[in-house]
Amino acid sequence: MRRAEFVTAIILALLSVYLMWKSGEGPEWDTEYVHWSNIGVNIDGSGPGKGFWPFYLALGMLISCIWIIINAIRKQSPPSQSDEPFMDGYAAKMLLFVGGGLIAFLVLIDMISMYAAIAVFMLYYMLFLGRHPLLLSVVTSLVVPFWLYLFFDIMMTKVQPKGSRWIEDTIYNPAGEFFRSQSLIMIAVFFAISGAVLALSARASRQ
Amino acid sequence: MEIWDALYQGIWIALQPHNLGLAVIGVVVGLFVGALPGLGSVNGVAILLPFTFVINSMTADPASPMIFLAAIYYGAMYGGAISSITLGIPGASTAVATTFDGRPMALKGDADRALVTAAIASFIGGTVATVFFTGFAPFLSSVALDFGNPEIFALMLLAFATFIGLGGDDIPKTLFSICFGLLLATVGFDQISGEPRLVFMNEREQTALLTTFGVADAEASVPFFDSVGWFSRGIQFLVLAIGVYGIGEMIWTINASRYKITMTETQISFKRIMRGIIGMKDAWKGTTIGSLLGFFVGILPAAGATPGSLMSYGVTKMTSRNPKSYGQGNPDGVAAPEAANNSASTGAMLPMMTLGIPGSPTTAVLLAGMVIWGLEPGPRLFEDRPEFVWPLIGSFYISNIIAVLVNLAFIPLFLWVLRMPFTILAPVIFVLSIVGTYAAYDNMFDVWLMVLFGIGAYLLRILDYPLAPAVLAVVLGATAEEKLRQALLLSDGNFEVFYNPFFDRDGKGQEWWIAPITTWIAVILITMPIILWLFRKVRGQHNEA
Repeated sequence: MRRAEFVTAIILALLSVYLMWKSGEGPEWDTEYVHWSNIGVNIDGSGPGKGFWPFYLALGMLISCIWIIINAIRKQSPPSQSDEPFMDGYAAKMLLFVGGGLIAFLVLIDMISMYAAIAVFMLYYMLFLGRHPLLLSVVTSLVVPFWLYLFFDIMMTKVQPKGSRWIEDTIYNPAGEFFRSQSLIMIAVFFAISGAVLALSARASRQ
Repeated sequence: MEIWDALYQGIWIALQPHNLGLAVIGVVVGLFVGALPGLGSVNGVAILLPFTFVINSMTADPASPMIFLAAIYYGAMYGGAISSITLGIPGASTAVATTFDGRPMALKGDADRALVTAAIASFIGGTVATVFFTGFAPFLSSVALDFGNPEIFALMLLAFATFIGLGGDDIPKTLFSICFGLLLATVGFDQISGEPRLVFMNEREQTALLTTFGVADAEASVPFFDSVGWFSRGIQFLVLAIGVYGIGEMIWTINASRYKITMTETQISFKRIMRGIIGMKDAWKGTTIGSLLGFFVGILPAAGATPGSLMSYGVTKMTSRNPKSYGQGNPDGVAAPEAANNSASTGAMLPMMTLGIPGSPTTAVLLAGMVIWGLEPGPRLFEDRPEFVWPLIGSFYISNIIAVLVNLAFIPLFLWVLRMPFTILAPVIFVLSIVGTYAAYDNMFDVWLMVLFGIGAYLLRILDYPLAPAVLAVVLGATAEEKLRQALLLSDGNFEVFYNPFFDRDGKGQEWWIAPITTWIAVILITMPIILWLFRKVRGQHNEA
């Protein structure tokens, strides 16, 4: 934990320095601009420049990081006193599987659409990480995206990414046409039926 | 008399079927969110904020989305006790103190009594605080109407100073968190000069990066991510809030609980509920202290419901004739924190609604929601938008009644839901966070950024970096900068406008006391740790001598 405290503070200090430098940048089109000339408190009588506030905030970040490092050297913060590892085996594995799963989920959205990616992610999580029965995992990973599809795409018309053109034309366009032609009561019935299927599968899995 | 008329009208509007329905749904969602370990009011409100866009577009009533979110906030305060008592794990940080006596009561077979005590104390705490709110809010907002730029900036400085002086977290890490949050709010276009600032990539560089990572047809993909430039639109508040509270907290809870949670068997029936209500006579002291102390602690920016409930527990124990019974299953020890966390959650709404300065991370999310719905939180809200303010206050009363009834009636259902494995709940929360962020901004870049913030928040949390100040800072950032720069523009760059009451602001020789007093209190709070350190050092030398 002690080493992680140092490394994190140093990385954040470097980020602060970069942000200080970045705050002093001028507009791309102004070729005569002198770096850091926008961080003054009263530039030409028109008050602080656009770099003033971010520059001093980044400076505040840098000072905090130096303070954190000094505290770590003097062993005054709990992480710098701790002999425990920053992450034990379980935490590292969990971050890899959960964080990795989330990144893969995001990559899949662009390729196979939001709802299909949700189904894949739910199935991965429940079957692989949760070790739930196959039936419950499959039904949950189909019902959850179906509910979200009905809520967002159909009821709220907040359209989510649909992946490739082929998927959109073959699956989502006909499905959208069908569900949008239904009344609100029918949509509620679809919600209820899929919920009942989920409850039955949970019951069957428990038995 | 005016207040009572307005309140009567407000309660009447809050009782309209659509608002009543939203309050019921909000309370039920809040109870679940509060009861589920790892999720608290802030997680629920942040993850569900994008869902209120549809409420806003469907109802003509401007208060409806806020009534829904405020009901979630209330419900979560009630719900936190359920898991504290039956699981021994606080459903939210606000219910930590409830475990001290609630869990021992459950282990002694008195779980039903503890649950009823928690529900009734929450109701009393929430109602007392709402009465205070109704009395204080119009007065405070009328005083705040005279505030200028220096006063508002000084108040914001005070809000951040309380995190440093009273927050109880590592000071440099809190300072870092505040500065980082404020800096995130500066990304995008500068609101005064209109020039881009801290925009890390232009469109050409984005296309090059996507091509490097093998994204086929990178030029076509850029508009999908954002045609203007990834950072040009700024970093949206919800991206940080959902990342921290939806992704980061969830990963943290998975690691802390390791999916292993065991529940105490609880029997509940009408007879047992009645027994619990009669048993409230043993918990009146905790309820009274919690209701009063919770409200005033809740008003303080860095405090909120968690310290409010811990302090109320401490004070009730300290003033008890039998302090040793605390921690063994004393009903007062359940009532005090539960009354306090509900009372504090209403207290935290007071500075948010009247001054535009949130008192807790949850109210910061609510404030951001109000901005998204086109409202301007602050003193003018009471003058300009009474059709929003009074129905909302009316809904506080209604939601409290709904929450206590739903809580008592459906305790068995909540206990059933709490048996849901965490390995089903966690992916559902992740999915809601991602879908919600996309629905809010129609942009995959924001979704990526949200997940990266979440993973970063988890890593920083392991090292004790407090993240609530960053969330608060990113909400207040734009206003804080605007007020600071406008104040400095009017004073020709002279900082005396903030700390010198005799500084001649308008050339009329008038004295201005509010900003200097606020600034000096903030300075004292910021330097408090150094003052205390010096005090201890001097006292140590004195004792040695």
